[in-house]
Amino acid sequence: MYEKRLDGRDFDEVRKMEAKVGVIKRADGSAYFKFGNTWAYAAVYGPRNLYPKFLQDPSRGILRCNYNMMPFSSSGERVRPGGSRRSKEISLVTTNALLPVLDLDEFPNSVVDVFIELPQTEAGSRCAGINAAAMALADAGLAMKDLVSAVSVGRVGDKLLVDLDYSEEAYEEGPVADIPIAIMPSSGKITLLQMDGLLPKEDLKTLIGMARKACRRIYNLQKTALKEKYKSGE
Amino acid sequence: MGKFFVKQKDIVVPGEELAEGMDILPSVWTYREGDKIIARRVGLVDIKGRTIKLIPLSGKYIPKKNDVIICKVTDISFNGWRVDTNSAYPAMLSIREATSDYIAKGTDLTQYLNIGEYIVAKVINVTSQKLVDISMKGPGLHKLRGGRIIRVSPHKVPRIIGKQGSMVSMLKRETKCQIVVGQNGLVWIKGEPDKELLVEKAIRKIEKESHTTGLTESIKSFLEKGL
Amino acid sequence: MDNLKEHVVTLLKLNKRLDGRKLLEYRKPIKIERGFTKTAEGSAWVRIGETEVMVGVKMDVGEPYPDKPDEGTIIVGAELLPLSNPNFEAGPPGIQAIELARVVDRGIRESKCIDFKKLCIKKGEKVWLIMLDVITLNDAGNLFDAAALGAVAALQDTVFPKYEGDKIDYKTKTNKKLELNDSPVSVTVCKIGDSFIVDPTIEEEKVLDTRLTVATKSDGTLCALQKGGSSAVTEEDIMKMIDIALEKGKELRGVLNG
Repeated sequence: MYEKRLDGRDFDEVRKMEAKVGVIKRADGSAYFKFGNTWAYAAVYGPRNLYPKFLQDPSRGILRCNYNMMPFSSSGERVRPGGSRRSKEISLVTTNALLPVLDLDEFPNSVVDVFIELPQTEAGSRCAGINAAAMALADAGLAMKDLVSAVSVGRVGDKLLVDLDYSEEAYEEGPVADIPIAIMPSSGKITLLQMDGLLPKEDLKTLIGMARKACRRIYNLQKTALKEKYKSGE
Repeated sequence: MGKFFVKQKDIVVPGEELAEGMDILPSVWTYREGDKIIARRVGLVDIKGRTIKLIPLSGKYIPKKNDVIICKVTDISFNGWRVDTNSAYPAMLSIREATSDYIAKGTDLTQYLNIGEYIVAKVINVTSQKLVDISMKGPGLHKLRGGRIIRVSPHKVPRIIGKQGSMVSMLKRETKCQIVVGQNGLVWIKGEPDKELLVEKAIRKIEKESHTTGLTESIKSFLEKGL
Repeated sequence: MDNLKEHVVTLLKLNKRLDGRKLLEYRKPIKIERGFTKTAEGSAWVRIGETEVMVGVKMDVGEPYPDKPDEGTIIVGAELLPLSNPNFEAGPPGIQAIELARVVDRGIRESKCIDFKKLCIKKGEKVWLIMLDVITLNDAGNLFDAAALGAVAALQDTVFPKYEGDKIDYKTKTNKKLELNDSPVSVTVCKIGDSFIVDPTIEEEKVLDTRLTVATKSDGTLCALQKGGSSAVTEEDIMKMIDIALEKGKELRGVLNG
């Protein structure tokens, strides 16, 4: 029985969040997003030239996301630089989470590169990365139908909860399910959905509902961060 | 009767609901979904009658026919030069469009324009695949010598030029610098070193305060203080 | 000479730089924020003008080198993230990143500011390994100095994790700080035309003829040198650049320890 969350949060409470836009001056667009101690930067370069040529698409620009954890970002051992199969997979699902909102038809043969880097990770890193990337793409002035907001939901023991932290992902006294999910705020459509763990089907519906609620808050934060940057006329 | 959820000069983000009602027309950078009108990028709201559009605040330059831009030569081939346009798309300057002089076959083209040099050119054609051709034939189009080049957001170019060129003329007058503003966000400044730096700082100030009123006056006093 | 270089050289002859700084002036402010990340055993976030570098230290335990059975060691890595500069590519560290890592390493190692014998846990079997990683966040020029400053600041911030029964407990920090017995600093002096500058911007780095990175101890002893750039330089110029580095080094050390 998972009675109380280890950090004292309510079951549907997200960790303290923070969002800021325009944090990497050389990039065309940039932002960072935090869920508690998980901190993700995203920088966008593009549209720009794409080499090698065989990767080019003559009908539209392509989106290329690269997710990477800094060597000192883990609360355990150092993370060997150079990525892993895990980070490559996260790069892929991140790209697929963001593509549905982007319109790259105006940029044939070019690429929009998104680099996601994390100085600190404590679960929920791919969701933090997606939240930062969505803001960075908007900051870069790209045409987007919508932003994308992401959060992890899941089950720990007998409780359904939002924004699992590191200790909850590693919970050993009962079944766990970890579900990162990304949603387009205005249409409610889902662009990222993954799960590992054990979960009855009915609980999935409930969890998606909880995710939507959390994503509404996340969207407001992303919106405010974007407006904040442009308010000062930058 | 439809209604607007935002007002003139509001900053909006992608996906934000701007208005509702079939009698309101979605214009540039907005789209209709059902009876709602939604923002398609980060921008400034501009409402004219029953039409709503967004003015972009950021984004890279996209080459457009007839734009006058500043380019950097990056490569030389047998029939011309390849240039960087400060966008995702390089442009080609053919020998024919570079000069009216007769150039014999096999002439060393570096005599005319070398790699690393900057030019002011006009975009004469952009294909659907975004292949861009430029020309240096025409008034005000030429090689740039000396001076410095700075990069600004292409969306701030109209503000830097000003209504009928009023802002850039004022900058030139007060600092006695030569200034060329490219539609692609590159600006060339040439004059006394201190004045060049002053122009650069003034332009950064214009970028920052672009949506305020009385900007020309405020920049004028900034320049006067700095001189 | 291309446009940019000509322009920079002309300005330098008039004692001016593109951004209005004096020739031997560092951009301001220089900010050092220690302990910015909770997951590293030691960390520092350095900002020199718009250049930003993050440095983190992770401690590990391993076998000592056979020729130094009672000494721990430091391993310095550097990544020039594509996030920080449109010209950096994703992938394994290129030669630029490798040079940066090795120059930062030498500045620390040769200053003997770390007593490696104090990192010994069990002679011949177990020693502490200091894994220091330099990560670029925004490259606006002069990564060398920002990285070196960040590296020493991160070491000054480092605290040993708990080590018990052959396992490191990263979740429990001890009170034991990594002791440094000096604060080495690095100053990169550049020659462009006939003039010397410090703290180059990206444009200045594009047109420099020679750079000399000089690492010094608090007492002014030189502990590492690296000449970069492909020009030949006179001995007289080298000595001039070293003098400049010693002078500016005092300033940087003040920021580091101040």
